[in-house]
Amino acid sequence: MKNFRFKFDWVVLPAIGLALVLAIWSASSETWAGKLPSPGQTWDKSKLYITEPFAHRGVQDQGIVRFTLYSLILVAKGYALALLLGVPLGFCLGLSDFFTRTFDPIFQILRPVSPLAWLPLGLVLFHKNEPAAIFTIAICAMWPTVLNTAVGVRSIPQDYLNVARVLSLSRTRTLFSVLLPAALPYMFTGFRLSLGIAWLVIVAAEMLTGIPGVGNFLYQEYNSGIFEHILLCIITIGIVGFAMDRIMSIVENNLKRVFA
Amino acid sequence: MNPYLSLRNVGKTYPTPKGSAVIVEDFNLSLRQGEFVCLIGHSGCGKSTVLSMVAGLNPLSSGEMILAGKKIEGPGPDRGVVFQAPCLLPWMTALGNVQLGVDQIYPQSTRNQRREIAAKFLTLVGLGDAVHQKPPELSVGMRQRVGLARAFALDPRLLLLDEPFGMLDSLTRFELQQVLIDLWNENQKTALMVTHDVDEALFLADRIVMMTNGPAARVGDILEVSFPRPRGREEVMAHPDYYRLREYLIEFLEEHAYPQQTPPPGSAKPQADAASYHAMVEHARVPVGND
Repeated sequence: MKNFRFKFDWVVLPAIGLALVLAIWSASSETWAGKLPSPGQTWDKSKLYITEPFAHRGVQDQGIVRFTLYSLILVAKGYALALLLGVPLGFCLGLSDFFTRTFDPIFQILRPVSPLAWLPLGLVLFHKNEPAAIFTIAICAMWPTVLNTAVGVRSIPQDYLNVARVLSLSRTRTLFSVLLPAALPYMFTGFRLSLGIAWLVIVAAEMLTGIPGVGNFLYQEYNSGIFEHILLCIITIGIVGFAMDRIMSIVENNLKRVFA
Repeated sequence: MNPYLSLRNVGKTYPTPKGSAVIVEDFNLSLRQGEFVCLIGHSGCGKSTVLSMVAGLNPLSSGEMILAGKKIEGPGPDRGVVFQAPCLLPWMTALGNVQLGVDQIYPQSTRNQRREIAAKFLTLVGLGDAVHQKPPELSVGMRQRVGLARAFALDPRLLLLDEPFGMLDSLTRFELQQVLIDLWNENQKTALMVTHDVDEALFLADRIVMMTNGPAARVGDILEVSFPRPRGREEVMAHPDYYRLREYLIEFLEEHAYPQQTPPPGSAKPQADAASYHAMVEHARVPVGND
């Protein structure tokens, strides 16, 4: 009975949901959205990219996994920079009221700015496509890390800080033995949200800079009128984003078990 | 003999919107080296405040504190603190938690030597088999054993215990009092312990300092406890003086159950009764003061 319930919740229901969406999609492309490729057409035009995922037929024509890898590498660079900037900023915010009063208003204003707005500034600053894209990813993705790190540092129990004080731990020792581990579960929530944003930004960054990747492929196929590939890219981006989020939340839950 | 620890006119006031709140005022106390002193008083009377000031976690508003000839300024590992909650870092093993302090005390020793010191103290508190367990895997009593080991492993000049057994059930509390007294018998550390458990104080202390109720709490009375050491719980409880001393402590606590300025109507005790208690233990009193 329990096994049946599990299958029903985790296999049958999602399958019904998928079937419904495919039905609406098909019906739409038959009726009001004439230019929307049907699921069948999408598969026909996309299967070469899926069955030969690493193919390299030309700059604009590569397997979908290969494009995705390009995107992931770029995201990794921008994300690394986001963490490198975000964690120290978050620590400063969490540890110092002075710092918070000084910079928090600015952070709150910069936080909602769209990647589409940052990218041209990146191009002005760095003259080249890739640094501009990395800059854009970093500056958009770092905010959840900054804010969650700050919350994590602020919510470190006074008990732990007292232990550090009565033992007269040095600043570095306090940072690495007490503050960092105590704030890590919160920080990781920030890391997970930041990764989600970094992955959102990649499409915009690749579209505007022309750096090869899944987002750039999407836009180029739009320009070439191969609308099936737009859908292929959307599905790919979604699956990759979902997988990254799942992996991060598994790590996050494990950290919470160990550190809290 | 010069006192090992002396608190002179120590006071603590907190600013509030309605003016400053005086928590502790003119608190004077001296401890001999190797002496075990318990501070008792009602909850919120400021006894933990005194302890945290000695620990250096809470700055004094007035007065000064001298430990082994040196003025106390800020926290330091020369004082081993056992907190009410065990305050262990949950991501470290029991050994790691104890070693964190040992590393600070013996920076010149090798890693292995420091490990051995930490392990030795964990064995002394009966956790020889649990050194690699993390706090969440340990019971509350075991965690507080780690807390004791951490404090003793520092080889501190002064042990500060802030109601360390307050959150334990009574059986575990008895066990841990025994662990504490065994450790203390071996090390003879000067110790200052806050408690509100009269029996605990009588079992452990050489002297019991009774604090008046806040605001502006100070030393109300001091009781000398001269049961022979090493002590066993049964012998202490069977001692002819035990109930007399216990009554005396409880009497004091009852008298100070309410702020002194406003004794509640109807609770006034026959004056002669209280006076006779005072007379009875007059000889046991120690002058309260700087020297």
